[in-house]
Amino acid sequence: MRMRARALVNLRAALAPVAAGVCVMAAAAAVLVPTLGGDGAPGPAAPRAYGPGAAHAAPAAAKCTPRNAAESLRPSSDDGAAVKRIKEKGQLVVGVDQNTYRWGYRNPNTGKLEGFDIDLARAIAEDILGPDAKVVFQAVPTNQRVPALQKRTVDMVVRTMTINCARKEQVAFSTAYFQAGQQVLAPKKSKIEAFDDSLRGKRVCTAAGSTGESELAARSHGAKVLTVPNQLDCLVRLQLGEADAVVTDNALGAAQAAQDPAVELKGEPFTDEPYGVAMNKDDTDLVRRVNKVLDDYRGGGADSAWMRAYRTWLKADLPGISGPPSPEYGD
Amino acid sequence: MSSVPTSSVSASAPGRRTAWADGLDELRAAATTEPGRLRVIGAVLALLVLVFGAATAWQVADRAAAADDVVERSQPLSADAASIYRSLADADTTAAGGFLSGGEESRATRQRYAADIATASQLLVKASANTRGSDAAGRQMAKLNSLLPRYTGLVETARTNNRQGLPLGGAYLRYANDQMRKELLPAARALYDAETERLAADYDSAKAWPWWALAAGVLAIGVLGWAQRRHFRRTNRVFNQGLLAATAASVAVLLWLVVGHAVARAGLSDSYDQGARSLRVLNEARIDALQARGDENLTLVARGAVLTSDQQDFYEVGFRSGMRDLAAGDGRGRAAEGGRLGEALALADDEAGREAVRDALAQVRQWQERHAEARAADDRGDYDQALAKVIGSDRPTRESFDRVDAALQRALVHEQEEFRSAADGGRGALGGLAVGAAVLAVVAAAGAVLGIGRRLSEYR
Repeated sequence: MRMRARALVNLRAALAPVAAGVCVMAAAAAVLVPTLGGDGAPGPAAPRAYGPGAAHAAPAAAKCTPRNAAESLRPSSDDGAAVKRIKEKGQLVVGVDQNTYRWGYRNPNTGKLEGFDIDLARAIAEDILGPDAKVVFQAVPTNQRVPALQKRTVDMVVRTMTINCARKEQVAFSTAYFQAGQQVLAPKKSKIEAFDDSLRGKRVCTAAGSTGESELAARSHGAKVLTVPNQLDCLVRLQLGEADAVVTDNALGAAQAAQDPAVELKGEPFTDEPYGVAMNKDDTDLVRRVNKVLDDYRGGGADSAWMRAYRTWLKADLPGISGPPSPEYGD
Repeated sequence: MSSVPTSSVSASAPGRRTAWADGLDELRAAATTEPGRLRVIGAVLALLVLVFGAATAWQVADRAAAADDVVERSQPLSADAASIYRSLADADTTAAGGFLSGGEESRATRQRYAADIATASQLLVKASANTRGSDAAGRQMAKLNSLLPRYTGLVETARTNNRQGLPLGGAYLRYANDQMRKELLPAARALYDAETERLAADYDSAKAWPWWALAAGVLAIGVLGWAQRRHFRRTNRVFNQGLLAATAASVAVLLWLVVGHAVARAGLSDSYDQGARSLRVLNEARIDALQARGDENLTLVARGAVLTSDQQDFYEVGFRSGMRDLAAGDGRGRAAEGGRLGEALALADDEAGREAVRDALAQVRQWQERHAEARAADDRGDYDQALAKVIGSDRPTRESFDRVDAALQRALVHEQEEFRSAADGGRGALGGLAVGAAVLAVVAAAGAVLGIGRRLSEYR
């Protein structure tokens, strides 16, 4: 029950009127003023962010819980060590996905990467390096996301990566740029309505090791569970009649629906999985810079860059979202 | 002495004598006189020699038929099963390769895939027609017949989605590959194993010593010898021409049988050692190479979408294990001379065979080096470079794989020839033996009867 309530809160947050978002941003800016004022400012984050102990900059005071996992550092456009390093290289190296339609995907007909994540990565690069920024996209598989950041083979990972406490011990995250959650995908004509008892007796497909698998293990609703290596394999099973429904997060579910007009997302998301830009834990200045870019990206109401990307890539299969999730800060 | 049997017979069953007892009586009566004994000896000699001839003809014909089966039937069937196995693996590898070249597959790739599927279907029909009621082989053929259309359906769906630019195509291709790997190839392998077992069984029956014929021969010659010794003792005459001819003919049949069978056996053993075993190892090496190539292609199709339980790329792990089977070593670095290619090298018995295998091994080493470069590029995030290294035109792994395949094909053709010539040599050694043994046995029987008849005439 608690999970469901939390999901509703998040849904409301995601669908909150743009005006509310603007208010939050204004409040954030007000808090930031002293931080931006100078090095000696008494702002709580400043000494930790730029001091010699930068490695311990993540707010250690508040213990990470699922409730506050999405909290990040307050935005700043100051150039720290990490931003300077990127500017000296003259290029931003971004770890992305190349398998997820509409998010990060290599179009076989053009050979180019495209999607919501790719647009966001370009916006970050342009903010740091200027209009003709050089972005090097590196396809990183799921298992290489954290090692690539720790070894600094990439500057950041923008790859439908869920912010959670386990990962926050290994890498740093920006504020949430998309509010995802597990949801049910089924044929449009199917009697399955949501993640509820309409699944009874049905064969439900989910990716091995995914949140969907653990949710189904906790509450199967009488469904028979079929696990496959990758979430997209579920759509194959669905089309071949080997499964009746798919449980995956709604962002990936939307990507599946985009490839098969006969299926759609059913009901509402029933978990809370915010996506964030992941960076090396030591690059606190870069985290703040990315949060500033995200602020700009989200700003502008219906004409914001975020909304434009949403309309381009997601709206057709993930309708009803009126704005980005509100940022949460822990410092 | 003559009264004993008569009294015993009349005492036991007066008036109810059977024909058998009559015959036995007459024999006993005859055995009491020298002409009677001679008649019995003549009959036994003729019978023994004829039995020897018949046993030889029967057992040799049996072995010749088994040797014919090896060459004409089970080896070709085993080779066909190997072709089915290879065509399926090649189709799968080709499908994945075609996928990598983008929305538009090359004509050559499409044709190669279609040819592979056609070969597999045709050979399955042929194998079904030739099957000798073997359950194991029949079951696998039925399984392959039902799975193959399903597989090709999955590949077509994968292509359709890929042409539309949908990543779902890649997922379909991976599913098709999964079916191939888990269902079709194991069935094709089981079929190959069943046909190879049949080949081994035919070899065994062709090579089995004809013990009945040998025993009959030794007995016939032994009894002929005894009869001549008896003749010499009684008459002091050294030679009886008829018996001598019978002995000579029997000894000739026995020698022919022993030498002919030994030569045939040697030829068949050679064809097995030099041909059949090499062919088996080379066929397996070829499948290993195909599967490694398929995994290499799929690593780039799946792009890290499928991981093993310890978070490694599933297809890269498959590639390494395929390479390990093929050429030992760690599958990442240089190939050592172990694995199937090492085995094939040890089995190759002449320079031509060894040269082809050594060439394959050298190409595998080059393949591994190029593969490492492709992996390094992919790990750097340079997908285009990795793709170029795998299917491009500047020293790609595709080229290395094609060379490995070509070298193995050369080795296979060579070993097939070796097999055929050794097996034909072996089969030739049995030629005419069955007929020869029958004719000589009749001659020997006639000799024995005439020889005894000559002695009998002295009593008239």
